[in-house]
Amino acid sequence: MPNDAIEARNISKIFGQGEAAVRALDNVSVSISQGEFFTLLGPSGCGKTTLLRMIAGFESPTSGQILLDGADVTELPPNKRPVNTVFQSYALFPHLTVAQNVAFGLQMLGKPRAEVAETTDRMLALVKLDQMAGRKTSQLSGGQQQRVALARALAPAPRVLLLDEPLSALDLKLRKEMQIELKRLQHETGITFIFVTHDQEEALTMSDRIAVMSAGKIQQIGAPRDIYTRPVNRFVAGFIGETNFLAAEAANGRVTLKGGGPTDATVESGRSGAVTVAIRPEQVRIGAPGEGSLPATLRDLVYFGTDTHCYLTLADGSEVVVRLQSPASGDVGLEPGAEVGLSFAPGAAQVLGD
Amino acid sequence: MANRAFSVSRLPGFTVTALAVFAILYLPILTLVAYSFNASQSVAVWGGLTLDWYGKAWANDHVKDATLRSLTIAVSASLISTTVATLAALGTTRRKPFKGQTFIYVMINQPLMVPEIVTAVALLIFFASIKIATGYQGLGYLILAHSAFCVPFAYLPIRARLEGMDFSLETAAADLYASPWQTFRHVTLPLLGPGIIAGSMLAFVISLDDVVITEFVKSGGQDTLPTYMLGQMRRQLTPEINAVSSMLLALTVALLTAFFLLTRKKTN
Ligand SMILES: Nc1ncnc2c1ncn2[C@@H]1O[C@H](COP(=O)(O)OP(=O)(O)OP(=O)(O)O)[C@@H](O)[C@H]1O
Ligand SMILES: [Mg+2]
Repeated sequence: MPNDAIEARNISKIFGQGEAAVRALDNVSVSISQGEFFTLLGPSGCGKTTLLRMIAGFESPTSGQILLDGADVTELPPNKRPVNTVFQSYALFPHLTVAQNVAFGLQMLGKPRAEVAETTDRMLALVKLDQMAGRKTSQLSGGQQQRVALARALAPAPRVLLLDEPLSALDLKLRKEMQIELKRLQHETGITFIFVTHDQEEALTMSDRIAVMSAGKIQQIGAPRDIYTRPVNRFVAGFIGETNFLAAEAANGRVTLKGGGPTDATVESGRSGAVTVAIRPEQVRIGAPGEGSLPATLRDLVYFGTDTHCYLTLADGSEVVVRLQSPASGDVGLEPGAEVGLSFAPGAAQVLGD
Repeated sequence: MANRAFSVSRLPGFTVTALAVFAILYLPILTLVAYSFNASQSVAVWGGLTLDWYGKAWANDHVKDATLRSLTIAVSASLISTTVATLAALGTTRRKPFKGQTFIYVMINQPLMVPEIVTAVALLIFFASIKIATGYQGLGYLILAHSAFCVPFAYLPIRARLEGMDFSLETAAADLYASPWQTFRHVTLPLLGPGIIAGSMLAFVISLDDVVITEFVKSGGQDTLPTYMLGQMRRQLTPEINAVSSMLLALTVALLTAFFLLTRKKTN
């Protein structure tokens, strides 16, 4: 596909040997389109950095291939790949000024002096650091250093920009600002971004597509909405947002909850037996107990402002969380101890894979 | 609130001991410098202030000759040993840890442990056979000998600097299209600069000071400043020696101060 800026094919990476061997990546395949904002999301140690380093060329895969615009670059050293990285630690050159840092890549590419100067100025303006061009990088704040790192990586106009948790060192307010800034930069430059984070909210708000990783494997790839509303397995459902897991029985393409009550969730007709149904807390409704609803006991209510969180117990002892939008009065009209019936918003219940 | 934490400085006799140590360290040197301005011919009797001895030393062709030779050797040895030490430091830090790494460290630093007299005798014997085989009698032997024992002194500050340098900077350079050579030239070397200068100055001072190895290795008429002074003192003691020593001291202090300023950790 000519549209793919970058593709990883069956990448595996094993660090160490024998007893101490670590399988950091396990047969990972992913293709990322030109101009996409693609996010790798997963818990610590799941292999996000390893995959990124492999794309940049700092690490070579044990097996598999990396393709850039359709060409195999697996054996190419990092300085020959049109890919730039924003490092988590920024890795700014302390002996160079802000402008010299930004110009570095262009100079190494042997661009004419005038072009280097012009692009450097443009990049500094893009990240709003034109006033700081002559400063040493040690004289900058964390947020400013972050911007220099961005400008430096963007200046050579790479085919793909890799960002390894670039915002994790910033405080919350600056982080929000930089998230918007990053989206703007990506929009203005049209460069493909591969962004690593373990913050699910960041991933959901910023990405065109997300790959959720766990233990060296990609669990699911999809748009934020798909990942959130149709997680394929328990890991994805649990890692992104809060989820209730309910035991159910599948037969003939229909799904029945163990605790009673219907779902409109369906499974492939071939599948039968015990399955798990996932339902988001905001998709559950609380009504009077009765026919066609899942009986539950309200244990506790916590008021969160916009939401009120209800903690309930099912007949089999399992717990369910429900988020209700708080009404104007702030009182949802429920008391702990109440016997209630739960129902689900249409299409909200999701049968998980294994 | 009084700070009651343990502090060595509150132990009895601390101040007295400290003062005594400093006195022992610096009184002889101060005396030496003071007597270099002594108008009296004797090194023990004070006869008023004069700069005559500096003038005499300055006019003494032997002193000039030995100084020039000392500087030639020290500069050459410092250049050679710093180059070797820089390569050794890069080779031992800028790569994945390897088997026998500790052994290599020990090998590089070994000359610091070997008694100087042993090295001197070894070099004497070694060079003697080369002298016979080649007939060459020049300064090359002294330069080589000094280069050899200066390597560990140059190596230590350079390696310390490299170990304090974040490897991610070189990774970033490679990411920004710098070839391995360009990375070295534009990132590693400039950042390593202060370490290299510090190492070369240390090597320079060590070479300039050396007596034992020089005494053994030198051919006739190859006196360096320290061996010349030693020879003079065997004959006749005049404050001229004090003047020469004081100048040597001034040079060493200047270099060591520069060394200190270069290697001190940047605050911030
Ligand atoms: N050079 C290495 N040698 C040995 N093991 C390594 C090496 N680099 C990474 N690993 C291992 O590979 C696995 C994946 O590491 P990686 O750095 O890719 O995780 P990550 O997803 O980036 O985690 P984090 O969110 O903490 O940065 C980890 O178990 C790690 O210990
Ligand atoms: Mg990581």
